[in-house]
Amino acid sequence: MTGTTGYLLRKLGGALIVLFLLSVLVYLLFYVAPGDPAKLACGPRCNAEQLHQVRGQLGLDEPLLTRYLHFLAGLVTGRDYSTGTGVLHCPAPCFGLSYQNDQPVTALLAARLPVTASLALGSMVLWLLLGVGTGLLSALRRGGTTERVLTVLTLTGTATPVFITGLLLLMLFCATLQWLPFPSYVPLTEDPEQWAWNLLLPWTTLALLESAKYARLTRSSTLETLAEDHIRTFRAYGLPERTVIGRHALRGALPPVIALNAIDLGTMFGGAMLTETLFGLPGIGQLLVHSVRTVDLPVVVGAVLGIGTAVVLANALADVLYALADRRVTLT
Amino acid sequence: MWRRLRARPSAVAAAAVLTVLVLLALGAPLLAALEGQDATTYHDALIDSARGGMPTGAYGGISADHWLGVEPGTGRDLFVRLLHGAQISLLVALGATAVQVLTGVTIGLAAGFGSRLLDTVLSRLTDVMVALPMLVLGVALTAVVPAGFPRPLLLIIVIGLLNWGGTARVVRAQTLSLKKLDHVAAARLAGWRPARVARRELLPALAAPVITYAAILVPTNIVAEASLSFLGIGVKPPTASWGQMLSTATTWFRADPLYVLLPAACLFATVLAFTVLGDAVRAALDPRERSRLRVGTRDGSRGTPAAPAGRIPKGAAA
Repeated sequence: MTGTTGYLLRKLGGALIVLFLLSVLVYLLFYVAPGDPAKLACGPRCNAEQLHQVRGQLGLDEPLLTRYLHFLAGLVTGRDYSTGTGVLHCPAPCFGLSYQNDQPVTALLAARLPVTASLALGSMVLWLLLGVGTGLLSALRRGGTTERVLTVLTLTGTATPVFITGLLLLMLFCATLQWLPFPSYVPLTEDPEQWAWNLLLPWTTLALLESAKYARLTRSSTLETLAEDHIRTFRAYGLPERTVIGRHALRGALPPVIALNAIDLGTMFGGAMLTETLFGLPGIGQLLVHSVRTVDLPVVVGAVLGIGTAVVLANALADVLYALADRRVTLT
Repeated sequence: MWRRLRARPSAVAAAAVLTVLVLLALGAPLLAALEGQDATTYHDALIDSARGGMPTGAYGGISADHWLGVEPGTGRDLFVRLLHGAQISLLVALGATAVQVLTGVTIGLAAGFGSRLLDTVLSRLTDVMVALPMLVLGVALTAVVPAGFPRPLLLIIVIGLLNWGGTARVVRAQTLSLKKLDHVAAARLAGWRPARVARRELLPALAAPVITYAAILVPTNIVAEASLSFLGIGVKPPTASWGQMLSTATTWFRADPLYVLLPAACLFATVLAFTVLGDAVRAALDPRERSRLRVGTRDGSRGTPAAPAGRIPKGAAA
């Protein structure tokens, strides 16, 4: 047990180091390299006096290291920004205030999390069903027409960017057949039926792309397991094929799938930028694209670090899940 | 290798598609002159403002003057714009692949051949690069680059410098195993400088795995360029790009389906052809491919959690 705990702690420690490095990198890249953040914050019509005032508010007249330490401290304790007339409080974890509307970046991200989470979790269910199902079928029907058709389908799936799949689905189901509404986000708490109905197309679009990847992985992983000695032994004992595959082959074949799924879900929680932009869903990805267009640096930095955190944690989780699911893997 | 490639009908078909595409991209000025159109002229006469800017005439305004019709809203010639899109797509994808291969080989060689400390630092860096979502960083980076910077070059640098992790991993692993071979050891004992050993003894043996990996990277990069352009942060208008055309098409797909289908078909065919060709190259360069076919597993050894990210290209941008 101590081995497992130690392993978890090491993984977590590694993830924290990566996150720290990422924060330094992102901070340097975004707040040092480009022109003048104060000018961006102040807006296009800004005189010298206002500029000086903004610079003071944002603490831009301090040396770089101090500014970065303030930024890190803000993540832990929150920060207060004086506006001259009052104080804007930015609660922890504070990534700063948006240049556009002075709202804390964390609040902006949190407001969009439900949309992104709805999209990610819903499509995950679909891509697992589609991908693992297809992969298994293709592995068990090896060499037949089924396998050839499935191979072509998965190849097509990986080669099609989401915005093409999405546009074609929109044209077919919304414009031509008129079976589905043009997607617009309805909160789950407001109307669960409309929520699912509106998200059906975005879910399908993402799932078609992702499931191709899962089909390939499941197929190769199942084939490998089926070629192993213990499976041959079970078959030689005369175990029914259903038991051999359902109980023993799947156990060997699924760990890589579970690990990949953890990574993908982490990435999706960072926002599926293309899907959200195409369908006009107000998620984290759309927020990032919008703030890049308006050069709203605190939001960009906050979103990148938030997404980075999700991805790094998901990767650590994937390693742990893989080890737990496949007992042959030793924890080191 | 060529014999094995030619033996696969799918590879031959993919190569044919790509040859046509390259010829179209290279011959764009000639073809545009032949049609008598250019990519940026607005043709107000061909737009029906009463119908919200739809092209006049059937099928998106296809005519003898405009072979594939005109763009809704602006009336710009679609054929020439698609050709220019092909140029941008190929230029950015191939340029980015070159950057990725150069960076990946350099870092992989340094990690595999350098001191242990260097290896640890570079391998960690590679892990981070592989894990981070490329598109997110790519999008974010475009926010801080001055507006005057040439966009195609920017796209090449951004895509190239964000996705070299896979190549570096492959090269490092190969270098580590090559280092143990006699001819490399002999060269080192003879007192050759590391750079010379790397150039004369390691690089020739690295060619096959690097080419294989580069072939997978090209379609990924094509999708990356199209994605960035789709999000409105790729090439700047009025330069045409397939991704940017598809982005405009999101407002027109009900009225003018052809405007969606043409760039979509171009992009899809290109990515598919590169993917099929990449798969064929991998098979042709893999000495174990035949025996693997017999055993029945396509991919090699059991994947650790990190392996899928390396083997499956990161093109799955969501």
